[in-house]
Amino acid sequence: MTEQPSRKPATLIIGAGISGIQAALDLADAGYQVHLVEKEPSVGGRMSQLDKTFPTLDCSACILTPKMVDVGRHPNIELLTYSEVEAVTPTPGGYRVSIREKSRYVDMEKCTGCGLCAANCRMKGRIVGQHDAGMGKRSAIYVPFPQAVPLKYTVDPQACLFLTRGVCGKTFLCVDACPAGAIDWEMKDQMIEREVQAVIIATGFDPVDAHLKPELGYGSYPEVITGLEFERLVSSSGPTMGKVMIGDKVPQDIVFIHCVGSRDRTIGHPWCSRVCCMYTAKQAHLVHEKIPNARVTVLYMDIRAFGKGFEEFYDRVREEGAVYRRGNPAEVLRRNGRVVVRAEDTLLGEFIEVEADMVVLAVGLQPRPDTQRMAGMFGLGLSADGFFQERHHKIFPVETDLPTVFLAGCAQGPKDIPDAVAQAKAAASSALIVMRQAELEAQSLVQIRG
Amino acid sequence: MEATELRTFAIDNHLFRCIQCGKCAASCPMGFKTILNPRKLVYQALVAGEFDPKAHQELWDCTTCFTCSIRCPKEVDPGNMVIQLRSLLVQDGRIPGTLTTALKSIFERGNPLVMPARDRGAWVGDLDVKHLDDGADVFYFVCCTTSYDMRAQKVAQALVKLFNVAGVDFGILGEAERCCGSEVRRLGEQGEDSLFESLVEEWGEEMADYSYQRMVTTSPHCYDVFKHHYPMNGREVLHYTQYLAQLIQDGKLQFTNKIERRVTYHDPCYLGKQNGVYDEPRAVLKALPGLKLVEMDRSREKSLCCEGGGGRVWVEDPNPEKKLAAWRIDEALGVGAEVIATACPFCMQMLEDAVRTAGAQDKIKVLDVAELAAEAL
Repeated sequence: MTEQPSRKPATLIIGAGISGIQAALDLADAGYQVHLVEKEPSVGGRMSQLDKTFPTLDCSACILTPKMVDVGRHPNIELLTYSEVEAVTPTPGGYRVSIREKSRYVDMEKCTGCGLCAANCRMKGRIVGQHDAGMGKRSAIYVPFPQAVPLKYTVDPQACLFLTRGVCGKTFLCVDACPAGAIDWEMKDQMIEREVQAVIIATGFDPVDAHLKPELGYGSYPEVITGLEFERLVSSSGPTMGKVMIGDKVPQDIVFIHCVGSRDRTIGHPWCSRVCCMYTAKQAHLVHEKIPNARVTVLYMDIRAFGKGFEEFYDRVREEGAVYRRGNPAEVLRRNGRVVVRAEDTLLGEFIEVEADMVVLAVGLQPRPDTQRMAGMFGLGLSADGFFQERHHKIFPVETDLPTVFLAGCAQGPKDIPDAVAQAKAAASSALIVMRQAELEAQSLVQIRG
Repeated sequence: MEATELRTFAIDNHLFRCIQCGKCAASCPMGFKTILNPRKLVYQALVAGEFDPKAHQELWDCTTCFTCSIRCPKEVDPGNMVIQLRSLLVQDGRIPGTLTTALKSIFERGNPLVMPARDRGAWVGDLDVKHLDDGADVFYFVCCTTSYDMRAQKVAQALVKLFNVAGVDFGILGEAERCCGSEVRRLGEQGEDSLFESLVEEWGEEMADYSYQRMVTTSPHCYDVFKHHYPMNGREVLHYTQYLAQLIQDGKLQFTNKIERRVTYHDPCYLGKQNGVYDEPRAVLKALPGLKLVEMDRSREKSLCCEGGGGRVWVEDPNPEKKLAAWRIDEALGVGAEVIATACPFCMQMLEDAVRTAGAQDKIKVLDVAELAAEAL
């Protein structure tokens, strides 16, 4: 008589952006256990910050949110948000993983996500949040965005008056406001351990810091913003409710600058970031949609519209009136109250100065700062660009040098959403092989014993 | 250059890396008023089959600010290509007249200004300055322009005052000091059997015999060439703004006189863009009581070249377009500055000319950072 193995084989997935979410759903739907670890308070990752997606103009939230909800309630997925993997120890059948569940100072069981705490916080509207790429202000107790999964509040320990200074007025306004009694100042970080047979690293990317190109004026001129900041501006859930504004003005002349922090050896980023050509084309389209008479100039070096439907979309955006001029701009200057972009139009062979109300820098993608630490923890290699190294560029694209550790999404290198999802499904498939083998092995052991 | 030679030139100068993005051309401060276009030059060298530098007199327009090279995303170094092309002209003896005089004077007298070597230390007057013969902690390298130019001499005198107050053990070489050769290099007199090569050999050897720990220079051009192109045998090379900032930080320099003036700072290319020294000159200015430092829009990495580098300070320029230094003065006036401070003898000369041309002597003064610091003692 055969027995079912006492425990289902499990996969650890690090990072719950679109790649981690997709891999988790595939593995869980196949009947295996997933421990999905996300360092932010909510799943969703970078995709949750985007407005529309190229080239189809699907609303990012509309296609992402259902998947976020699914990972949140899937019986085979243990969601560990606001948590970080601190150590991994190889075991005969896989890894023992130590995970720090950071204290939210909010009891997840009690919190209903009503938001009264945030509405009453003394720091309301004063804390710069990451989700809005530094453009919006929130409270010290927060959910990163309204569709957050789990929809549970978190106290920001860097911003909370009580946690930073030991005192917050005569009474805790958040505690007084919370009808569920969910706020718990005594809450501590919890260390938990999980046994897994496979690991998928899906830690994503960071946008390049535009300060690295000081000649472009980011940080000096409020008119100069990054592509990610533009996403938040144009998003109806963003800080301006979807109005494209600089201060209190609607810009009329908008300049997009390609390849900021990509294809640039001077800052050690020789790679093409793959998404900036198309996200800029999409943003140029959105400008025309939101500001009918806007004049859009896109300054580019080369256009890479290589994916399905990309070239057609690029055609569409130009026909809508976006002027593409070939030239990598030298500088952004201030003149007579406006910003001026200096470039050479290399097709004319002439120097041009384009005055603008808004300049959007198409910042590239770079590895997350903790990539090195993560790689060291597993004993994995990084490629020359600092992203995780796949086992073979062509025939083992999601594998690593470790037989049960796989890569998904931008952790391995810049990619767009379709590619990230495809790779996540490939990584899930690789992990499934490990899961099934572990299961078969357990069964055969039972048979031998039986 | 014939096809084969041209191909070797293109490979040696990494021209094949170029993607024709135009960052260099758009960054070139001279490109807006001359036909100098580093991107086009690179492209012509790659595709034209042959290349005749004689047909490119605009090569002499380059100020060697090197903004093109610093910003090139593919690390092509078009600035160095321009110098290489100049070298070909120089080898052919095709060099603008006033530059020939300067080069000849360096060869014969050790300075480009056709001044007698024996007068080089005359600026010292009765100041307390010792000769490096006896050894010193600091070898103060004065620079040709600073030694001979009446206006620039005041900077050296100010520095001596500052060094003495701070108790610095320093010495100079006086008439034994010779041109550093920075501009010689940038004019194209570099490589085998060049004037620059012989300067490094003879002069470098001569300097090595003196006993000192560090060299401090007045000019960013001397600083740059000693730091990167001379064998310094482990001795540190500092621009004086770096050294003053250090003395201030160590509490050896204190300022009591109030400088109640609105001052803006012009970054010399050889100090800022080419060597990343942006903070130290500003640290010195900020340490002066009462001084209000205001920044121009084009500062630090975006600073506009004064147009004096690459030997252009010695060229009579027939181009009727407004000088870059004149744009600079407009900008300084635009931020309400009463003083435009700089830290380079070439910048000072170009900026002072621009102030005179604009008739703006009543509105703005050009002063060196060292002069302001000495005034604040």
